[in-house]
This record gives sequence, structure tokens and C-alpha cells, in this order.
Amino acid sequence: MEYEAVIGLEVHAQMLTDSKIFCGCSTRFGSEPNTQTCPVCIGMPGVLPVLNKKTLEFTIKTGLATNCKISSYSRFARKNYFYPDLPKGYQISQYELPICEHGYVEIVVDAEIRRIGITRIHMEEDAGKNIHEGAGNYSFVDLNRAGVPLMEIVSEPDIRTPKEAAEYMKKLRAILRCLGVCDGNMEQGSLRCDANVSIRPVGQKEYGTRAEVKNINSFKFVEKALEYEIKRQIKVIEEGGKIIQETRLWDSNKGITESMRGKEEAHDYHYFPEPDLVPITVEQKWIDEIKASLPELPDAKRKRFVSEYGLPEYDADLLTSEKTLAQWFEEAVKSGGQPKAVANWMMGELAKLLNEENKSIEECQLKPKQLADMLKLIDNGTISGKIAKTVFEEMYKTGKDAENIVKEKGLIQISDEGTIEKAVDEVISKNPKEVGRFKAGDEKLLGFFVGQIMKLTKGKANPQIVNELLKKKLA
Amino acid sequence: MELYRLNISEARELLDKRKITAKELLNSIYQRIESVDSKVKAFVTLSKDKAYEMADASQKQINEGRSLTIQGIPVAIKDNMCTKGIRTTCSSKILENFIPPYESAVTSRLNENGYVLIGKTNLDEFAMGSSTENSGFFTTRNPWDIERIPGGSSGGSAAAVAADECIAALGSDTGGSIRQPAALCGVVGLKPTYGRVSRYGLVAFASSLDQIGPITKNVKDSAILLNIISGKDPFDSTSAPVAVPDFTKILGDEVKGLKIGIPKEYFIKGMDREIEESVKTAIKKLESLGAIPVEISLPHTEYAVATYYVLATSEASSNLARYDGVKYGFRAEGKDLMEIYMNTRAQGFGAEVKRRIMLGTYALSSGYYDAYYKKAQQARTLIKADFEKAFNSVDMIVTPTSPTAAFKSGEKTEDPLQMYLSDIFTISVNLAGIPAISIPCGFTSNNLPIGLQIIGKHFDEESILKAAYAYEQSTDWHKRKPNLWNTKR
Repeated sequence: MEYEAVIGLEVHAQMLTDSKIFCGCSTRFGSEPNTQTCPVCIGMPGVLPVLNKKTLEFTIKTGLATNCKISSYSRFARKNYFYPDLPKGYQISQYELPICEHGYVEIVVDAEIRRIGITRIHMEEDAGKNIHEGAGNYSFVDLNRAGVPLMEIVSEPDIRTPKEAAEYMKKLRAILRCLGVCDGNMEQGSLRCDANVSIRPVGQKEYGTRAEVKNINSFKFVEKALEYEIKRQIKVIEEGGKIIQETRLWDSNKGITESMRGKEEAHDYHYFPEPDLVPITVEQKWIDEIKASLPELPDAKRKRFVSEYGLPEYDADLLTSEKTLAQWFEEAVKSGGQPKAVANWMMGELAKLLNEENKSIEECQLKPKQLADMLKLIDNGTISGKIAKTVFEEMYKTGKDAENIVKEKGLIQISDEGTIEKAVDEVISKNPKEVGRFKAGDEKLLGFFVGQIMKLTKGKANPQIVNELLKKKLA
Repeated sequence: MELYRLNISEARELLDKRKITAKELLNSIYQRIESVDSKVKAFVTLSKDKAYEMADASQKQINEGRSLTIQGIPVAIKDNMCTKGIRTTCSSKILENFIPPYESAVTSRLNENGYVLIGKTNLDEFAMGSSTENSGFFTTRNPWDIERIPGGSSGGSAAAVAADECIAALGSDTGGSIRQPAALCGVVGLKPTYGRVSRYGLVAFASSLDQIGPITKNVKDSAILLNIISGKDPFDSTSAPVAVPDFTKILGDEVKGLKIGIPKEYFIKGMDREIEESVKTAIKKLESLGAIPVEISLPHTEYAVATYYVLATSEASSNLARYDGVKYGFRAEGKDLMEIYMNTRAQGFGAEVKRRIMLGTYALSSGYYDAYYKKAQQARTLIKADFEKAFNSVDMIVTPTSPTAAFKSGEKTEDPLQMYLSDIFTISVNLAGIPAISIPCGFTSNNLPIGLQIIGKHFDEESILKAAYAYEQSTDWHKRKPNLWNTKR
């Protein structure tokens, strides 16, 4: 039987505010334990939370950017449970009345646009961290993170494949980064993802029993963890078993998900409205102001890249996944680069070189104009496409302009027929055996001759002319 | 002169005229405590060092002619309001050694107005109770009869005021915890409108009901303290951005033509006859001053106690979750985390607190939430609406504060439900979030004080203070003092 997966993601995004959600403590990452705390975020008796307005603004921004309805009236709720890293014994979150609801984002998978629904986005506070290393028979608790503002973004069960899940995560990340509300760093935990996964026979309408997969802490693992979990569920079903509704932890070392059963019973969080905070009322005027201040979002940009620059969906999607990438592209085009050529070079050579050094485009010393200028040298025949790769790499490494590199290294393309003819003749006379075989019909050898000529001209010969002359001489 | 007998206004005058010093006043208070507190047992902690420092500082201000409203006035604070550097226990073993590194909003404001903190008063553990018998340390006694309870939960503050162990005090009121002990101890207790006074630093019992207010020897002192502690606080989102009038200004205005509602549900068959008589006489007195009594109905009154005990315990079950032995306060050992939690809370909390945590946890359980918590919220809305409707036709509502005068220690401890009914006349006010004051209005044949409750509209403390003051000025009840020397123990 053929199965399809039904996936919904719960994403926690740490907001990029300077201070915590309910007190004035810093949110800086990596400080000495318990140095960024106060009576409020460590839950001392009698203290009260006060909402950091910035977190509300950030969440509304995100809601607007994901096509959500912003509630004019929403409120906080307490999620009650005991754990040492949760100083008050409850987490202030939202439950019945979240601030954002009913939105969606669009993703591009296999050159097709898919719409993934957003059920809700709400604000909540992060917990602290338990530390077991170096504590002997005890455990330490670091409450620096307690009260750091989070957005929980819950998707509809609209995702069908691990690839879509990964694309959805990338799109969310792109939106959050574009808005400047979250740095989107999964490895450092500022973007976290839990997945609800179930499978059903293709064509069936009802959902299967779902398992929740937690601890997916890298983009790389979003796909891997889901692929594993889907395979596992199919196997269970095909072996006549049943899927149990449970929480499973992704173990990236073993590459499997494991049941948390026993560790975490079915929780009753005793949710109730937070009486220490007044309900949040948001005026339409403020929502409109925020809306007007939104930057161009990845989706709008993607569509514009397609219509304005004639890029394929795939290229447009990739180039708009990061604000900085899109900026770089547009600057290169503005400097005279042909859009598709710029896109090709960015997604090809540039991406390769950046990857090798694990660098982002901001850290790259190569300027967009330099790429545009180099493309001009190709267009006007000064250098060949092949040589351009060498030039590009040199530009990337040294930051020098293409023209200088071409001059210094003498990489100007040889288009003078006489010069090329000499080289052709030399190669033909040096390789009589191959000439014989070619004439006998082994046409694959043409490449061999081209290679020899390029070697002789240090790659500078105009490939078109080389081809023409060779064919003429060997005919 | 028995300086400890002074009220705020009298002490203010003597201090400012340099007839007495802040230190003399403080000495008198501590001598009084020394001589009577072994009987009354109002205080959990005396902050003598701090108090003398504050008195010295106050005297300087006074000498420079720059005395503030309560400069040099010795005040007692219920031990559920955090005082920086001074132990704050909530009369609970679980916080027995807790010293807050921060100051509550109300004590900050008192401080800014020159008060002298003399000590922290006893209460029912975490303000859960009506007699102080639930204190984790000891029971406070009623100065009028030390075999009886002083009421609760602010029993320590009320008894301290009644026994002249302080000039004035602060209490907190979640279901009657200021008014009921004030009534039982024969003093004045005011619960302000919810949101009038910041709760920052008040150890939470039930966040949507808790409110801090004054317990004083007379109405004017309550107005003076209310002036100081009222107003929006940026650290309490639930404190209201409502203008604060000078509450002393209205005192002395006449009550002629004021319509006072008499809710029939508060005068029921079988209620204590002496209480009923005193309150009815008090209403006649108000009438003689020109007020117009109007019979009204608050039809959902009978649901108030049940509603309260669902909502208050629900909030409490969550508010008290932080006492887990991990960060501060008492910690019991255990072989693993779960055992530490269980041992800490089993040994640290008293029976009533545990009972309420269990009740609240149950009411919030999934599957029961709709039947209890949600239903109670709906009932609360109806109770609120009762008052709103009543206030369309009356300016204030007058009722007894407590169904009985002070009862004997141990009389109700075995029957929590009976104890819960002590607050039957005060609880609705908290559910509605409106202000109410209790003032002395007579004595039983056993010479036990009886309290009159005047309930006002939202943020209309002025009207109830005006009426309370007019009544007080035309009676002598507030001038009577308990005789602590005649007591047996």
C-alpha cells in the first residue's frame, strides 16, 4: 500500500529583543549562569510580570508577515507544571486567545507553490536550563534564559513530505530574519522545531494517530528525522502494529527517533487565564502602523524576482530566502549584470566558495558590481566562460576587480584566428594517430583535440573558433 | 502619656510640634509590645534595628521641618508583604527564613512618606484562613478576649492595632481578610477597589482577588494610608491608571440624601441576633444623619462562597507552585527530584494550604475545568452584575461585616466549611472587585466588637469613607479599648 504523511510543525522562535518578556533583564546569550536574573524572572514571592511591548510588536509583525488575523483582544494563560528550570511552577503562555490566528506561508517544492496554513502564533516565556555536568549528585539550574521571549508558531497539518517540512522551516526562517524578529539559528536553539507526524493510506481522508517528534535541532535534521519517523510508522503499520500517540525524541547521533514513554506521562497543564496580566487589547491603528512598516517579505520578493527579472521560481525562491542574498543579487543586476547570469553565478560558484569557508554573503569581500563587471568581460568576449571561473575565484579570494586579474594574469581570450590556427596545426601534427582514428569515425576524439589546444593556449583560446577551425582542418 | 494610644493624626501633630520625638513614640510602641504581645501574639518578626534607624532618619526630617505624611509613625505590616532585608514569612514554614531582596510597592510608598516599620504581623499561612489559627507558627489572640481568635487572615495586624501595639497597620484582603479581623477586633479596615493599590511584593494568594489596605484606629487614618498606597504602579499591570483623590478631603462632608442599600440576602433567618441588632441600629443612625435606606437584592449572593472557593483555590494552586525547594525557602531532602518536591511541600505547607492547593488543582484539571473554574467565572460575572445593578439605585451598600463576633480558638478548626462561612458577607466584594470598609458598630453582651461593612462602587472609596467617618463621628464605639490587664492569661 502507498502511504502519505501528514505533518504539522510547532516552531519556537526566540525573539531578538534586548530584554526579557516580563522583566528588564538582558536576553544576551552565553553569560555566566544566573547573572541575567531578577526577582521577577526567578519567581520570587510576590513579584509580578509586566509585558515587554516589543515582544507584542514582534509577534504582530510575524503574524502580519504570515497572513494571520491579528486579534484585537487576546490574553495570557498559565501552563502549570513542575520542573526545576521553571521557577514559578508555571509558564506564562497563551492558550485560548492567541494574538495571531489563521495565516499561511507559501513554499516552493519541485517548482510548485504550496500553501501551508498557520493555525496560530502566540507569545510565551522560555524556561531556564538544568545543568547536570560538574554538579556531582546534584544538578545546577541556570535561569538566564528564563523569561526570554518566544513566539510559538503552529502550522496546520498541511505538510506532506519531509522536503516540504524543510522548505517550510526555511521559509519561516527567511521571514523571521527578514523581519529582524529572530536570528533563526537552529543550532543555537533560537529556532526550535517539534513535529506532529502521522501517516495514512493515500486517498484516505481521516488522519492517522500522530506521534510528536521533539529535539530536532538543526535544519539538516528536519528532513532526516521526519524521513525516519515516517518510515518507522509505515513499518509498524505494515507489520500489523498500531501507532501510539506519544512523544518521541530525535537522536541525531543514532539517526532515529525514540519513545519518551515513561519519562513523560500524558500531561495536564491546568491552563487558566493569567490573572497577573491584563488582557491584551490591540488597536487597529497600531496594527496598520506595523503593517506599513513591514519590509518587503520573501514571498513578495520571490514573486517580484520572477516577474521583474524573469527568473525561474527555483532561483527566485533561493535568492529571496535571505534578505542579504536578495540585496546582493539586486545590486549586481543594477550594476549591469544580466539577471539570470547573476543568479547562476551566485547559486553556483559563489555559493560553492562560501560553503567551502562556511561563510555568509555578508562576510564576502566580493562586491556585486565586481560580478557584474566580470559578466561584461564574458559578454564582450574578453574572457571565456571557462576562464571566468578562474577569474571569479581570484576575485573572491583577493577582492580585486576582474579586469585587473585578467590583465595581470594575461587571461584575455585569444580570438585571433591566426594565432589559434597555429595551435590547431601544432596539435594535429603532434597527434597523427588520433587524427587517423578521428577520420575513421571516432568523433568523440574532438574533445581530446580541444583539450590539447586549450592546454597549449593556457585555456585562453576562444572555444568557438577552436571548434570551427578543428572541424575544418579535420574534415 | 501613653504614646502608643495615639492615632496617626494625633501623633503627627505631637511630632511636628516637637512635643514628642519619633524615638519616644517608637520606644512607647516597643514597650507596649513588650508588655502585651506575649498575650496577643500579633507579631512574627520585630524589626527593631531597622525601626530605630528609620525613626532617627524621620526625626532629622522633622527637625528640618520637612516631615512627610507619616514621618516617624510606627506601622506594622502583615507578613505577606515583602520588606527588603526583613524576613517575610507569610506565616509559613516554607518561607520561615526568607529575606526578600526587594521591597513591595506599598512599603516603598510608606517609606517614601516617612513611616517606621516596627515589625511583621501574623496571619493565616499565605493568608488562607479567618482566624490566624492556620499560621504555621502560632495563633494570634483577640485583644478583647484572648481565648478568642482575632479573625483572619490579617489577624496579626488587626490585633496589633486594637491592642495599641502600633499606630496603624497594613493588611491584605482576598475574601475578607482585612474587614473580618477589623470587625472582630473593633478597629477600622478598608479593602480598596481591586487595582487601586499595587500588589507588587504582596505574596500572592489569589491574584485576581488580593488587595492591600489599611487597618487603623479610626476612619481618618485609613484615608491617610490609602492616600499613600494608592495609584498606578508600572510593576503591577493590574493596578489601575485611575486618578487618586485626597481621601481625607471628603471626611466631614454630610451624608444627607445618600442612598444606602440594605441587601435582603445579608439579613437572613438564624443570623446572630446581636449582630443583626447592632447593624440595624447603625443603619438607623445613618438614617438619622440624613441617609436614605433602600432595600435591595443581590440575588446571586448564595453562590459567592462556592464561587470564591473555586477561583481563589485555583489561582492559589498555581501561585504556590513556586515553593518547590529549588530556589529559596525551605527544602526537604529526597532521593530524587520528585521526592524533594513532595517532601518539601508536605513538610513546608500546613494543612489548610495543602487543602486549598488540592481543591484548586482539582478545579483546574482538564475535564473538570468547565464544571468548576469556568462555571465559577460565570457566577463571578453574575455577582458583579448584581452589584452594578444595585449601584444604579444606591450610592453604597451596608451589611454586617461578619456573621458572628470573635469565636473561640479551636471552635471551627475541625470544620473548614464552617470556617469558610466566616467570610460570607465579605467575599462577594472581592469577587466584584469593589471597595468596602468595616467600622466598629457595637459590642455583644460578651463585650466583643461588632463590625459594620459599607460597600462602595468601583473606585469610589471616597463615598464609603465619607459615610464611615460620619457614622464614626456620631458614635463612640471606636474609642473603646480592650483591657488587656484583666485577661486571665
